[in-house]
Amino acid sequence: MSILSVFVLIPALMLLGLWLAKSLNQVRGVMVTGASCLLALSIWLTIYFIQERAAGNTAEMLLTYSTPWFKPLNIAYSVGVDGISVVMLLLSSIIVFTGTFASWQLKPLTKEYFLWFTLLSTGVFGFFISTDLFTMFMFYEVALIPMYLLIGVWGSGHKEYSAMKLTLMLMGGSALLILGLLGIYFFNGQYSGHYTFELTEIAAAHAIPGDIQNVFFPFIFIGFGVLGALFPFHTWSPDGHASAPTAVSMLHAGVLMKLGGYGCFRVAMYLLPEAAQDLSWIFLILTTISVVYGALSACVQTDLKYINAYSSVSHCGLVLFALLMMSQTAVTGAVLQMLSHGLMTALFFALIGMIYGRTHTRDIRELAGLMKIMPFLAVGYVIAGLANLGLPGFSGFIAEMTIFVGSFGAKPMVGDPNDSFRMVATIIACMSIVVTAVYILRVVGKILYGEVENKHFLELTDATWDERVAVVCLIFCVAGLGSFPFWVSDIISPAAGTILQSIGVM
Amino acid sequence: MLDYSEFLNMVPEIVLTAALLIVFIADFCCPRLGKERVGTLSTIASVMLAVTGVVSAVIEPSTAFGGFYVASEAANVMKVILSFGSLIVAVMAYPWLQKCAANLAGEFYMLLIATLLGMFFMMSSGNFLLFFLGLETASVPLACMVAFDKWKKNSAEGAAKYILVATFSSGVMLYGLSFVYAATGSLYFDQVYNGLFSGGPADADSCGLPANALAIMGMVFFFSGLGFKISLVPFHFWTADTYQGAPTPVTGYLSVISKGAAALTLAIILLKVFQPLVYYWEYLLDIVIVLSITVANLFAIRQSELKRFMAFSSISQAGYVMLAVLGNGPTGVAALTYYVLVYIVANMAVFTIINVVEHNNGGRTDMAAYNGFYQTNPKLAFLMTLALFSLGGIPPFAGMFSKFFVFMAAAQQGSFAAYFVVFIALLNTVISLYYYLLIVKAMYITKTDTPLPTFQSDLHTRIALAVCTVGVALFGVCSCIYEWIAAAGI
Repeated sequence: MSILSVFVLIPALMLLGLWLAKSLNQVRGVMVTGASCLLALSIWLTIYFIQERAAGNTAEMLLTYSTPWFKPLNIAYSVGVDGISVVMLLLSSIIVFTGTFASWQLKPLTKEYFLWFTLLSTGVFGFFISTDLFTMFMFYEVALIPMYLLIGVWGSGHKEYSAMKLTLMLMGGSALLILGLLGIYFFNGQYSGHYTFELTEIAAAHAIPGDIQNVFFPFIFIGFGVLGALFPFHTWSPDGHASAPTAVSMLHAGVLMKLGGYGCFRVAMYLLPEAAQDLSWIFLILTTISVVYGALSACVQTDLKYINAYSSVSHCGLVLFALLMMSQTAVTGAVLQMLSHGLMTALFFALIGMIYGRTHTRDIRELAGLMKIMPFLAVGYVIAGLANLGLPGFSGFIAEMTIFVGSFGAKPMVGDPNDSFRMVATIIACMSIVVTAVYILRVVGKILYGEVENKHFLELTDATWDERVAVVCLIFCVAGLGSFPFWVSDIISPAAGTILQSIGVM
Repeated sequence: MLDYSEFLNMVPEIVLTAALLIVFIADFCCPRLGKERVGTLSTIASVMLAVTGVVSAVIEPSTAFGGFYVASEAANVMKVILSFGSLIVAVMAYPWLQKCAANLAGEFYMLLIATLLGMFFMMSSGNFLLFFLGLETASVPLACMVAFDKWKKNSAEGAAKYILVATFSSGVMLYGLSFVYAATGSLYFDQVYNGLFSGGPADADSCGLPANALAIMGMVFFFSGLGFKISLVPFHFWTADTYQGAPTPVTGYLSVISKGAAALTLAIILLKVFQPLVYYWEYLLDIVIVLSITVANLFAIRQSELKRFMAFSSISQAGYVMLAVLGNGPTGVAALTYYVLVYIVANMAVFTIINVVEHNNGGRTDMAAYNGFYQTNPKLAFLMTLALFSLGGIPPFAGMFSKFFVFMAAAQQGSFAAYFVVFIALLNTVISLYYYLLIVKAMYITKTDTPLPTFQSDLHTRIALAVCTVGVALFGVCSCIYEWIAAAGI
């Protein structure tokens, strides 16, 4: 039994606790205890991981554990972490912790809300610790379905439409995924003689012929890419974000969309390396479109949540973009970007939710002068905005800088149309930085400064204690990551290197 | 000279016959209109079904009468599962019997056991004659059960449709069997297999061999006959009306138990008897599966009556069940059996809830009746949600595991056609999720001024629901269930 299983065990116990809880205070108690335990566990894991690596433990996966699950089908429950999963677990636990506080005041049906919320977290944590394809996929789907009810019941606006659209598109993605997984399982078994769902074993066997890889790579990459907001499969994201309640938006943009990027790298590229080299140029074009198109769309939106949702499309596009560059620096940047985007966007959505909870509008044309009315939230918003547009000192700068440096120097792959393809793509993607500054500064200027137009707003109050906890935590993380990036990138970089070596591009 | 001791090899069937007699006697002994009549009979029937299940679980595979009766391990496992499913039906039928047919409870349980007996014989036949006898023993009582609410026009109409289709499909099947007999000169499964095989394995090259043509035609007719029973598209036209008209417990029984038995029998016969014709029936299956899943899903979206809706859902689920047969091997049979088990618990949970809602609210089974269900009856709505998630294939509920395993079984075959069928089936899971979520949406999200009033469900319903929910939650995660089924082989 590995300590990693505790990451799934805690949410499971939380579900039990919530089920038994009778009063609102008990529900909150269970949530805070569980979320704190998860946070503490992931911090411990990070420290342990750094120490192990410092002590010279160079195994690809640490804390591995495997036990047969469905023996006749070679399915096992296997867990293990490398540098990338460690930081993803840390991110998830931070978001779950702050998300709990951000939904402190949520009504009605608080207990049910937290039940689905916790089920979603179970899936997320399970996904990041799994090293068996089937188990991984199972947790992946566990994380998806609660979104339907979370948005449908507790959301706002066109919630029924958005919830259904989101669920069906993501499930469509996972349908593609199943086909890809079956392909990997059977063809790996056929050519290596050893049928297994174990990630590391499949990667080590490296048995699937290139032309078969080319068939299944698009299924898996698009399957995960739907969740990573890959153009043109991103359309669920703006509607979903806009309709979701605050904490769900946070969890969604903060963690769930990272499942997509993580899966693309860990499953599609790691297990089908030749196809990744052959076909990456097609997906690079799509992700470049995501990056630029997302940023441009954000410029013309008037709903705060839509602006952030499109900004997420752009930033998550950058994650996939950097992963496809397949250079160690770019991949490290991609993981940093996942981390940074998760924290920033969670902060953004938390603040938007808090502002909306007071003003009951998210339309930037109706908001003005909030800096005078709710200074704490407004300052938080400025910080989130500056982090988002990549101001040095915040996490966004570190991540984007690493990505663009890594991408510009990326080696051409065998499938590329020509040798300068990756440079051109990088230059186009870089333009999004300018556009990001445009939409962020436009919003900040419009809603925070100027005269208060709506006199009712003058009676509104600033953040309550639970909201402050959430905001301060997230700002602390964003600034911390921006000021001391190397302790994180030192965890990520060797793991990225190991996988890239296995792909054969390093 | 008939050796009567051979009867002792058919233990589950003997136990079931004994159960039939015991219920028959108990029906006589109970005071005719006593208050506890339904409860007593239901308890007796449930206990006897449980005993049958346990007996089927412990006995060894056996044969009797020179291969006329062959109880393979897979058949025995299926018998356990179907006894378990019938047990749930016997328990959950209580509120309906109590309200609508209290003085006929004995007949209901006798018919239930009789049709199960027919299915047992059908699954453990080693000869097409016994198979046909079993099939008819299963069909005729089932028609009576469909007509049980005979004062309702729907019920009588459903029964008429069912009996007409059942006889018609039996006719088609018999016609096919006569071809098989003509081609091979025997009705024993192993001799038919040898007879087909001696004509040389049928593949692309031998396509159109005169020796095989009769057998192929026989196989196709046989397939169509059983296709009616499993209600695969294009043999599904009776399904919606019969399901809607039948009393809800009977609908549940039709959709899971009789379907499961027929599916397993078809799988065993295709794999064991018509194996030499695999080249032909694989394409037949490909087409029928794609049609069943897609057409039924598209129809299901438009239904507003919950029982009709479940009818189309069950047609598409039958398509998924047959997907396992494509695997053409023991893994496929295991996946099929497991799928049926998981489908039983999830579907029976839904039907139990439909049943209890129907009998507490003046017979309403339309989907609009479930608007706002969560506000008034949160527990039932929650259990219904879990069952629907399982039907839609959402983990950690059992449905996802069973779906994944049939996909694995089908993809194992490795041909392009198999992957294509799996792909279509996968896309259809998204469509099916859409319409299952429509019910979830009605229960949780849609606002209404007149939700169903809060009610207390009776003890029997609670027991049935508890069993089903435990199954939905644990049959997937606990791998021991699948491993038990997979250990059985064909």
